[in-house]
Amino acid sequence: MAKIVGGIGTSHVPSIGKAYDMGQQEEPDWKPVFDAYKPVQKWLAELKPDVAIVVYNDHGSSMFFDKYPTFAIGAAETYPIGDEGWGPRPLPDVPGNPDFSWHLAEELVYNEFDMTICQELSVEHGFLVPMNLCFPHEPSWPVKTVPIAINVIQHPLPTATRCYKLGQAIRQAVEACEDDLRVVIFGTGGMSHQLNGTRFGHLNTEFDNDFLDKIESDPIALTKLTHQDIMEDAGAEAVELIMWLTMRGALSDDLTRVHRNYYAPMTTGMGLIALEENA
Amino acid sequence: MATQRDKSKTIPGTTIFDGAESRKGYRINKFAMSFTKSENREAFTADEEAYMESWDLSDPERQFLRDRDYRGLIEECGGNIYMIMKLGTCTGHGLYHVGAQLRGQTFEEFMETRNASGAR
Ligand SMILES: [Fe+2]
Repeated sequence: MAKIVGGIGTSHVPSIGKAYDMGQQEEPDWKPVFDAYKPVQKWLAELKPDVAIVVYNDHGSSMFFDKYPTFAIGAAETYPIGDEGWGPRPLPDVPGNPDFSWHLAEELVYNEFDMTICQELSVEHGFLVPMNLCFPHEPSWPVKTVPIAINVIQHPLPTATRCYKLGQAIRQAVEACEDDLRVVIFGTGGMSHQLNGTRFGHLNTEFDNDFLDKIESDPIALTKLTHQDIMEDAGAEAVELIMWLTMRGALSDDLTRVHRNYYAPMTTGMGLIALEENA
Repeated sequence: MATQRDKSKTIPGTTIFDGAESRKGYRINKFAMSFTKSENREAFTADEEAYMESWDLSDPERQFLRDRDYRGLIEECGGNIYMIMKLGTCTGHGLYHVGAQLRGQTFEEFMETRNASGAR
């Protein structure tokens, strides 16, 4: 039986990818970000997952507002590196597991989560920054992936509760798979940030640290936040954090926190938490 | 059903990208999305006016583009920040340049407000 062995909540700030590609890992203002992922890389190397489910949003790479799905799932053999407007990043294409994707899609749809199924999907910073920070990838990636894209950029967005329930349904769907697969799930995006208006650059460290506390110990409290609550406190684009609830909904409450970090150098609170299933 | 947005209560200095903004911004966002193809970036760089002419854009949208007025594109034309960012490879203006404009500051003034501005 397939099982979920761990979950990771992480920001997916695009400038981290650019800094990585430019080899700025040791620069003083960047070093704290890159160093924070080293224990997580080590943990994942020991955990040896077969599949990573990555919950992210497409910021205009493979998806546009002509038809922007609320919930979508990748079901491709390979996910090419997308061009977001500055050329594709120099990373190897990311392998998928279409059998497992279709299994998840079937379970989710029959469980009343009506996913858009994508057989061609290029992946972008929302997906790639977490992957590139957490896994070695030269010459190839050590895991297969299932991208799950959530609309967190064009309101109306799904509610925080709905995102959490999607996570619960993902857990059931994983456990209904007869293949022996070890699965990790990523919830990505945020933390506090705003990229429009005169409030551009708004950060809320207190909110972010409280979110990091509660994603571990009291996710139900976070599901009660409305989009308005999150946007008022943590900035309009911080609403991406609802994707962390999908990750958390897919985990049990019998967890060990392996790692946690927070750093807010520029315009986004960069958070990281890694949770391992005890059973 | 819990109300997700309190539309009677605007958040100061904040534009929420919702249906109204997405309808208003559809033209400019579709134009900006075209920059995800290298041949379109090359066409814009080769001849901006001709490239803009090949798209359905309003006169104010074209003028904001010429002026590199990102505040205008976002706050007045319904531009979505993630789409507008795609113009950056051709205009040479990244997120923090756009952000400084939105705040009504110079790039340097904006950088002063950050915790560790080397991580840019
Ligand atoms: Fe994002």
